[in-house]
Amino acid sequence: MGATKTMTHDEKVQALDQVIQRHAANGRKALMQVLQEAQGIYGYLPLDVQRAVAFGLGVSVAEVYGVISFYSFFSLTPKGEYEISICMGTACYVKGSQAILEKVESEIGIKAGECTKDGRFSINACRCIGACGLAPVITINEDVYGRLTADEIPSILAKYKEA
Amino acid sequence: MNMVNVTIDDVQVSVPSNFTILEAARKAGVNIPTLCYMKGINEVGACRVCLVEVVGGRALAAACVNPVTDGMIVKTNSNRVRATRRSTLEMILSDHNRECLSCIRNKNCELQDLAERYNIREISYEGKKSEPKIDDKSQSIYRDASKCILCGRCVAACEKQSIGVLSFLNRGFDTKIGPAYDISMADAPCVYCGQCIIACPVGALHEKEEDQRVFDAINDPKKHVVAQVAPAVRAALGEEFGLPMGTRVTGKMFAALHRMGFDKVYDTNFGADLTIIEEGNELLNRISNGGKLPMITSCSPGWIRFAEFYYPDFLDNLSTCKSPHQMEGAIIKSYYAQKKGIAPEDIFVVSIMPCTSKKTEASREEMFNPTTGQRDVDAVVTTREFARMIKTAGIDFLKLPDETPDNDLIGEYSGAGVIFGATGGVMEAALRTVADILEEQDMPEFEYKTVRGVGAGIKEAELKIGGHDLRVAVAHSTAAARKLLDAIRAGTAPEYHFIEIMGCDGGCVCGGGQPQVKAQDLMDIDIRELRAKALYEEDESRAIRKSHQNPDIVELYKNFLGEANGHLSHELLHTHYHAREIYPDSVLAEENE
Repeated sequence: MGATKTMTHDEKVQALDQVIQRHAANGRKALMQVLQEAQGIYGYLPLDVQRAVAFGLGVSVAEVYGVISFYSFFSLTPKGEYEISICMGTACYVKGSQAILEKVESEIGIKAGECTKDGRFSINACRCIGACGLAPVITINEDVYGRLTADEIPSILAKYKEA
Repeated sequence: MNMVNVTIDDVQVSVPSNFTILEAARKAGVNIPTLCYMKGINEVGACRVCLVEVVGGRALAAACVNPVTDGMIVKTNSNRVRATRRSTLEMILSDHNRECLSCIRNKNCELQDLAERYNIREISYEGKKSEPKIDDKSQSIYRDASKCILCGRCVAACEKQSIGVLSFLNRGFDTKIGPAYDISMADAPCVYCGQCIIACPVGALHEKEEDQRVFDAINDPKKHVVAQVAPAVRAALGEEFGLPMGTRVTGKMFAALHRMGFDKVYDTNFGADLTIIEEGNELLNRISNGGKLPMITSCSPGWIRFAEFYYPDFLDNLSTCKSPHQMEGAIIKSYYAQKKGIAPEDIFVVSIMPCTSKKTEASREEMFNPTTGQRDVDAVVTTREFARMIKTAGIDFLKLPDETPDNDLIGEYSGAGVIFGATGGVMEAALRTVADILEEQDMPEFEYKTVRGVGAGIKEAELKIGGHDLRVAVAHSTAAARKLLDAIRAGTAPEYHFIEIMGCDGGCVCGGGQPQVKAQDLMDIDIRELRAKALYEEDESRAIRKSHQNPDIVELYKNFLGEANGHLSHELLHTHYHAREIYPDSVLAEENE
C-alpha cells in the first residue's frame, strides 16, 4: 500500500495500464492476479478501475465486481492511512472482539468497511489472522495488539491520532 | 463414438461414452429431475437436485455433469436419493418467495413442478430470508430477487450472449444475482434481449407487463386500437395452448385478435415488406454512391443496443431504417389515419412481438413522430403476454377458426415478410428484391438457402447479381455478432456489402418474449429449427413471395410515400443511433439517491 500515497493519479492510471497489458493475453484467467495488483496500486478497487480491468481482459464489469465482492481481501472502498483490522475469527470472537470492534467504531466515528473523510483511518472487520493465542487481537497497519479489552482501545488509538 | 453399457434403475442401456448420467437415464426412460441445468448453457451441477447413487461411489453424484463409464450401475430412486433431493428442495424453497398463486409463472415453473413431484408438504428449514428487491426501472425486464433461487441460468444465458450484465455478487447467504453494484438493469449495459427470462426456471425474471394498458385502450371508446403482430409469434404462440412445438397458428392468432376487440388487425409482415423496399434501396444507394459499407440490418433492437454499447464504431454501418413494427406504426398514424379520416392522436397501436427489447425500442424518443409528437407504437406485448390476454378474455384458442388480417390498405403481406422471424430471413427477403431490381426482371429462382439455418452462428454467401459481386454475412446471437464485428475490426474478415444481425440465437423465433420451454424439453429438440420451419412453410404457401410485389406496398408508394428513401420516408421510416456508455460513474450516484 506504500506506493499509493506517493503516486499521482496519472501514474496510477499508467501503472494499472501496464499491469493489464502484461496480463491481457490471458484474459479472464488473469482476473484475480490483475485485481490484486490493481489494489496494490490504488489501495482499493473503485468503479473506474473495475471498468479498465473488465475492458482490458475482455470480461464484463459485473463479473469483475462479482469477484471483488466475493473475496474479503478485495476492497471497494478506500483504505485509510491507518487500516485498523479487528479479527472476528472464532477465537477472537468468543474472547469479545465484538465489543472491541464497537469501541473502535465509536472512537473513530465510522463503521467497519468505511474510511474517515480525512483518509486517516479505516476499519476492517477481518477473518482470522492466525494469532489466536493473542485473542482478541487487532492490527493497525503492521502493528499487532493482543489480549485486549475495550478499555485499552482509546489509549492505543491516541498514538495514531497524534502521529 | 465408443458405446458403453450402463444400468440405470435395473434398465440396461448402451449409450455413447460422452453421455452424462442424465442423458443416459433419459434413454433408459428414467426422468432425473434438474433445476440449474440447461443444455449447452448451464451445465455446472450446482443445485444438487439431480443427485443419484452410483454403486461403488462414496457420495451421491450430480447426474447432469458426471459422465457414464462402462458397467456403471446407477440408482436414481433409492430412499437415500429421494430424501436428499427432498431436503435440497426444502432448502431452496426455504428462501424462496412462495406466493405461487399470484406469480407470473404459476403452473409454468420448474421449481413448482419439483415441489409437486417430491410431495413437499412442509418446509423444515424456516430461517433467515433474503430481502426482497424489485427492479422494474427498465421498460423491458422486471426482476424480483425474492423469487430468485440462484441457479445461475440467467447468468449463463447472458454470458452466452457475450454480454454478462448479470453475475453472482457477494458471498454465502448474501449471494445475489445482478449487475455490478447491484444496480438496476436499466442502468447496466443490458440490451434487453430477454434470454435471461427464457432461461429463468421460476418467476424471478419476466417482461415488464403492458397487457392492462392494451385492455384499457380497447375499452376506451375514443381510441381506435390497431394491432399488428410479428411473424415469429405465429411460430410459437400455440405452445402456450399445449400444441406441439413448431405448430403454425397464423389463422387462430388473427381470429383471437379479432375477438379481443381490436378495431383493426394487421400483420407486421407488411412493415417487413416496407422495410425491404427502404433497406434494399438504401443498400443499392450505398453501393453505387460510395456510402458506408458493409451495411448492417437494423430490425433487431437488442442488436441495436448491443452496437450502441459495445460497437459504437459501427453505428454508421447500421441501416437507418426503423424496424418493421415501428415503420408499420408510423404508417398507421400517417397514411392509414389520413385515408380513414382518424386523428393520429386517437389511434393506439399495439405490437405483439416475440421480443422484450421492442418494449424499450418503442419508447425511444427517436421513435416519436417529429411533427405530431406521437409514438409510432403505443404498447408492445410479448407472445407470452398475448397468450395470457387470450386466456383472460375467455377465448377458446384451440377452437378458433382460421382468419386473416383485415384486408384494408395495409393488410397484404408477402412470404418474404414472414421469414423475417428467422435468422437469415431478412437477408433472403432483401436479396429477393435487390436481385429483381438489379436484374430488371422477376427472377424465377429466389430462395437463398445458404443464408438459412442455425448450424453456424455466422453464415456467409457470395452472389453474382445483375453483374455485381455481392458478399453477404448473417449473424445470430450477440455473441456471433461480436465475433463477426471483431473480425471486421481486425481486418481479417472479407469485405462484405451487407450483413444481417439478429440479437437472439436463431433469430426472433427464439426472442426473449417467446414462450419459455422447460430445460428438459430442450434436451431432445432444436427449438430454433422447429419454429423457423413454421415460417418457411408459410412463405411457401403465400401467393406473393417478394416484398416489392405486395400490392398494398405498391399503392403506399404511389399514393403517399412517393419514392423509396424519399423525403417522407426519411421523416417517418428512418432513424438514427447514439453511442451509450458502459457503467458511467453516474450509475453509482443514481443508486445512492
